[in-house]
Amino acid sequence: MGTGSALKSGRKNGVIVPEQPGKSAIEVRGVRKVFGTGESQVAALDTVSVSIRENEFFTLLGPSGCGKTTLLRLIAGFDFPSAGEILLHGQDIAPLPPFKRPVNTVFQNYALFPHMTVAENIGFGLEMLGKPKAEVKARVAEMLKLVKMEALSGRRTSQISGGQQQRVALARALAPQPKVLLLDEPLSALDFKLRKEMQIELKRLQHETGITFIFVTHDQEEALTMSDRIAVMSSGRILQVGTPWDIYDKPAERFVADFIGETNFLTAAITGMANGKARATLKSGATIDATVAEGFQPKDNATVVVRPEHAKLTSGKGDLSGTVENIVYFGTDTHIHVRLDSSEAFTVRQQNTRSAGCGFERGDKVGISIGNDAAQVLRD
Amino acid sequence: MGSRFDIRRQTGFTAIAMICFFALYLPIITVVVYAFNAGSSIAIWEGVSLRWFYQAWNNNQVVDASIRSLQIASVAATIATIVATMAALATTRTKPYPGLGFKYAFINQPLMVPEIVTAVALLIFFSRIKIWTGYSGLGYLMAAHTAFCIPFAYLPIRARLENMDLTLEVAAADLYATPWKAFRRVTFPLLWPGILAGLMLAFVISLDDVVITEFVKSGGQDTLPTYMLGQFRRVITPEINAISTVFLLISILIVTVFFFISRKKDQE
Repeated sequence: MGTGSALKSGRKNGVIVPEQPGKSAIEVRGVRKVFGTGESQVAALDTVSVSIRENEFFTLLGPSGCGKTTLLRLIAGFDFPSAGEILLHGQDIAPLPPFKRPVNTVFQNYALFPHMTVAENIGFGLEMLGKPKAEVKARVAEMLKLVKMEALSGRRTSQISGGQQQRVALARALAPQPKVLLLDEPLSALDFKLRKEMQIELKRLQHETGITFIFVTHDQEEALTMSDRIAVMSSGRILQVGTPWDIYDKPAERFVADFIGETNFLTAAITGMANGKARATLKSGATIDATVAEGFQPKDNATVVVRPEHAKLTSGKGDLSGTVENIVYFGTDTHIHVRLDSSEAFTVRQQNTRSAGCGFERGDKVGISIGNDAAQVLRD
Repeated sequence: MGSRFDIRRQTGFTAIAMICFFALYLPIITVVVYAFNAGSSIAIWEGVSLRWFYQAWNNNQVVDASIRSLQIASVAATIATIVATMAALATTRTKPYPGLGFKYAFINQPLMVPEIVTAVALLIFFSRIKIWTGYSGLGYLMAAHTAFCIPFAYLPIRARLENMDLTLEVAAADLYATPWKAFRRVTFPLLWPGILAGLMLAFVISLDDVVITEFVKSGGQDTLPTYMLGQFRRVITPEINAISTVFLLISILIVTVFFFISRKKDQE
């Protein structure tokens, strides 16, 4: 398909090895994926474009049905796009079957081969690539060591625990040294403690192998703690791509702000722009400076978001005023729910100290001061 | 008041179970016992002897019929299993589409059409071909047996395929296995117990068939069951019992072997 001659160079079985790796490992260009025909047609992906860099831990984050798994399957080759290109180091891989892509997947249910041992599972990809036996053996040993499973190499995959199966699945996908590793919610089947452990383990593996990881999850906390960059998806579209810090502190749209962490939404009138910041007049009459989402079109009314921990509760006058409705103790901090005079809801998160309470009681009239760098104007 | 309804505790349940049990096995036990009768009656006991086993063993007609039965069953079961495996793969490794239900019915046709109808149809059909080609060998019986063995081979294979995790095949493809290699290294080894079950079921069904064989066979093509049926029209001696007993033993052996093979596979 145009790139045919370029695809011939490289590894055995027609698996491509790019001669000159570019800056981006995966480049998704205008990809659409439509399921069904006629009336019942559904666009699982609606013209998505994203560039994933080399050596990056990249996360596709979104609720179920947002298209994140579909995008992953298109990159893996389990499905083919209805339109658009998927470039791997500059070469279009979209029309290639999965067994010709130097991309491996860790499946949600691990999909380990039940009739093979741990070592046979790990060696499977290399064997299929036609590597000599000695090389396969050496690489399997190396992988077993990497995931700390040396002792169980002869076990059947049904005879090991869920966490161990997870490690085997990782080792199996990493063994053929793929250009990109795809992970489809691999931690969702593990219990809380094991999941925390594996999060750290995954970061370590990514660091040690230097392979680009594309990680799919619906868990925003997991995404924030593990990723170099995150793409937030909803209804088949990518809403925002950025570092965890960008996504959390500078959400572009209401969905992003709402999906990741807790947040307060305020309606404000935009009265002017200065130094790349907007001057926003809140319903209370106070005017604050706010950073502006990328792609923001100047307009009269906009939504301003303030994270609960970036606002301060005062007993005097603040930028906002209201009445304390509820106080919830969380150990590390306390959430104070305030009903503003403008009838909007606002939550303030206050760090706890050992000796004193939060200093407020239900029914108190309070002020809320919003810090200098606490507010962000959304684009929608 | 108090105790909940429990079928095992109902009065008379034990008695009914015992009656069913005897009704099922008493006739078979009688057949086996009289195979060892020293006399030549199948109803009057005259002492223990193996003479009928010897006689059956030395009866050329019995030996010929047995060999013919095994030949037909082997060929029919093998071909039926191969066809059934391909049919099962084709009907499970696809998204449901209109007409798939019809295909299931089509494949399972021999289970639904009365055997006697098929037998008559084949008799007429094959007699034409016999006239045209002049061929009158075992091929007709093998073809007929293959046809009605397919659904029996198909059912366990399809059941096994439907329970198989499809992501395993996807994972194999992801790990650079071409479709053929993925089948050989992943699908086939996992499907093997189903294929074996289908093969054995088809083999036993073919070995046991009377109706279609009786209609399709040419002269001198008796299988063991049709030979036995023929004997009943003449003199009945415990030789029939002896043959039946051996038959029974072979069946039990096949089922037992399969049971152990499939149990071992499932444990892995």
